[in-house]
Amino acid sequence: MYKILKAEKLADKIYLMDVHAPRVAAHCEPGQFIIVKLDEKGERIPLTICDYDREAGTVTIVFQIVGASTEKFAQLQAGDSFRDFTGPLGCPSELVEEDMESLKKKKILFVAGGVGAAPVYPQVKWLHEHGIDADVIVGSKTKDMLILEKEMEAVAGNLYVTTDDGSYGRSGMVTAVIEELVNDMGNHYDVCIAIGPMIMMKFVCLLTKKLELPTVVSMNPIMVDGTGMCGACRLQVGDAIKFACVDGPEFDGYLVDFDQAMKRSQMYKTLEGRAMLKLQEGDTHHGGCGNCGGDN
Amino acid sequence: MADMLKKVPVREQDPKVRATNFEEVCLGYNQEEAMDEATRCLNCKNAKCIEGCPVSIDIPGFVSKVKEGNIEEAYQVIGKSSALPAVCGRVCPQESQCEGKCIRGIKGEPVSIGKLERFVADYALEHEIKPVGAESMNGHKVAVIGSGPSGLTCAGDLAKLGYDVTVFEALHELGGVLVYGIPEFRLPKQKVVAKEIAKVADLGVKFEKNVVIGKSTTIDQLLEEEGFEAIFIGSGAGLPMFMGISGENANGVFSANEYLTRSNLMKAFDDSYDTPIVAGTKVAVVGGGNVAMDAARTAKRLGAEVHVVYRRSEAELPARVEEVHHAKEEGIIFDLLTNPKEILVDDNGAVKGMKVIKMELGEPDASGRRRPVEIPGSEYEIELDTVVMSLGTSPNPLISSTTKGLDVNKRKCIIATEEDGKTSKAAVYAGGDAVTGAATVILAMGAGKAGAKGIHEYLSQK
Repeated sequence: MYKILKAEKLADKIYLMDVHAPRVAAHCEPGQFIIVKLDEKGERIPLTICDYDREAGTVTIVFQIVGASTEKFAQLQAGDSFRDFTGPLGCPSELVEEDMESLKKKKILFVAGGVGAAPVYPQVKWLHEHGIDADVIVGSKTKDMLILEKEMEAVAGNLYVTTDDGSYGRSGMVTAVIEELVNDMGNHYDVCIAIGPMIMMKFVCLLTKKLELPTVVSMNPIMVDGTGMCGACRLQVGDAIKFACVDGPEFDGYLVDFDQAMKRSQMYKTLEGRAMLKLQEGDTHHGGCGNCGGDN
Repeated sequence: MADMLKKVPVREQDPKVRATNFEEVCLGYNQEEAMDEATRCLNCKNAKCIEGCPVSIDIPGFVSKVKEGNIEEAYQVIGKSSALPAVCGRVCPQESQCEGKCIRGIKGEPVSIGKLERFVADYALEHEIKPVGAESMNGHKVAVIGSGPSGLTCAGDLAKLGYDVTVFEALHELGGVLVYGIPEFRLPKQKVVAKEIAKVADLGVKFEKNVVIGKSTTIDQLLEEEGFEAIFIGSGAGLPMFMGISGENANGVFSANEYLTRSNLMKAFDDSYDTPIVAGTKVAVVGGGNVAMDAARTAKRLGAEVHVVYRRSEAELPARVEEVHHAKEEGIIFDLLTNPKEILVDDNGAVKGMKVIKMELGEPDASGRRRPVEIPGSEYEIELDTVVMSLGTSPNPLISSTTKGLDVNKRKCIIATEEDGKTSKAAVYAGGDAVTGAATVILAMGAGKAGAKGIHEYLSQK
């Protein structure tokens, strides 16, 4: 059993938890993820690692309610436990593995959309701890759904917050901010790391291709075991089929077939399933709309 | 009295009934039937059956105890060589091993050794007879990676010798392929697998789940930081292979590993579990091995019309004859000498059919089997909503890529000797599918035994 030491609601339908998992905390690096399973009958749900404390043996996870399992997670309080908590899975972010001298010369831009702020945060924090300040764009649907703003502010170089509806910060999509930074302000970046809903990553990549800004994305497709065994998470990346769980989750954004990945992530959202979710969750957004990629 | 030329028949669930449920197909012998069958054993002095057994069970020894009605002693005879008799009695290919060598088989049918083993093991599970463990611990710590057949066997053997053994399992349940791969209707999970693993735990073996070696910790760290003096790697087969044809990433195309993992490990067939499975109304399973049969029979039980699409003819099907026979009885349709060319996809990205081509057998290839060759112009389309690819696996690099000095061959399998599981790295032993590529439960168990022997010799000399 893996005890929850802290449970906090960050925003509408978005939750943060500190979980005691010493083996994961001792070995995880920015960019990796874990798989968590509530109880005997639960699903294996992959979640990104938002932070970790090696000494306390804790791992911080952030998740959004998107279906029945995450709905159950949201009910948990400090003192409750997950039956299973496995990781760290996937490869660490390329940044972590890069030569420090060449990394220090780089100008890095992060683009986080929605709960994508959670996996972006540990990378920005890691860079900050190594004396590198990266620029960060955080996009959110509304002010109420914005997360980790203060935390991000503390570790980012420049932080640009934008909301789709203009309720906070700038108004509009993250792509507009990228254009502003690069075209209007004349900023130069060597690499962009974009993490968020697939539809956001797709449009970021379409733009950065035009801007000739190399872009890394982090994919979170449907998974079962998370160790390479089942192939549910396979993606078309250039000419190759890649498994997000062992080859990723980070890939060259120019090469990912986002349209296929978005279709694949809809696989279990049948008409019937959508109706059931609607019944349980009312008319709130749960990723089955067909527009957002259904992830997070 | 038993007919000396024929096996005492074993009771099975009616094919029509069982094709709609996940209960076990074979019901096994009762004591009377088992004792009757045991009388057929000739108790050969130079018993060929033992040579046919990868873990060298004293077969005439346990069968003669069954004949006397002394089932508990029969179990202790088997227990000396095998940690998982209830599993082996169900899934071993006895026809090509022990029973294939049985002298009775020359004139008539061999002794039904598998069914007798199963009876004895089930009796022991029911009557909670415990295996005999070590008298005292020897103080040496050994780690075993993976709780599948090779790992459990290695752990059990080492525990009996007094080692302090910890098994690390990546998934949330113990058993490896026994729980994620082999379906409930061939190998019940709670009734058989969990109980048999509990017996390994009774020998003093400790288990830690949710530990992915290569990620949660590494082989080198287990040796250097956690005080393990030797390690056995039994991490299993690995990443599923796909054909590389168009449409293979469509919704509704699964690897057999995924399909079976959802149904077996995550119990998606049972509505009270949260994991979903796309049952499919018309399913093609591509491949002809035991895993393909398992996937096909699972899809059938989930309510689909199921076709096995295989590029060679029936004679070349790699699956056990018994599995093919059971599949046919249950109404699985075999499209033999047929090979997929393309998966047809609708506008929503879902499978709507498959273009296939007829094949004929040409000259023998490297495997000695006649090579299937396409018949030009014979393409046709079949309507489908689900395709399960059962084409084998390639080794998982998680351990080999994170362990210094652990050599792999050109197929990326860990290199280990057959006699004692020794690898290129000191104190590290390996066996099972991680070494051989996908094979059988019993071969993996044989490798686990060899690894235990190798580790015992190594640590005895230390």
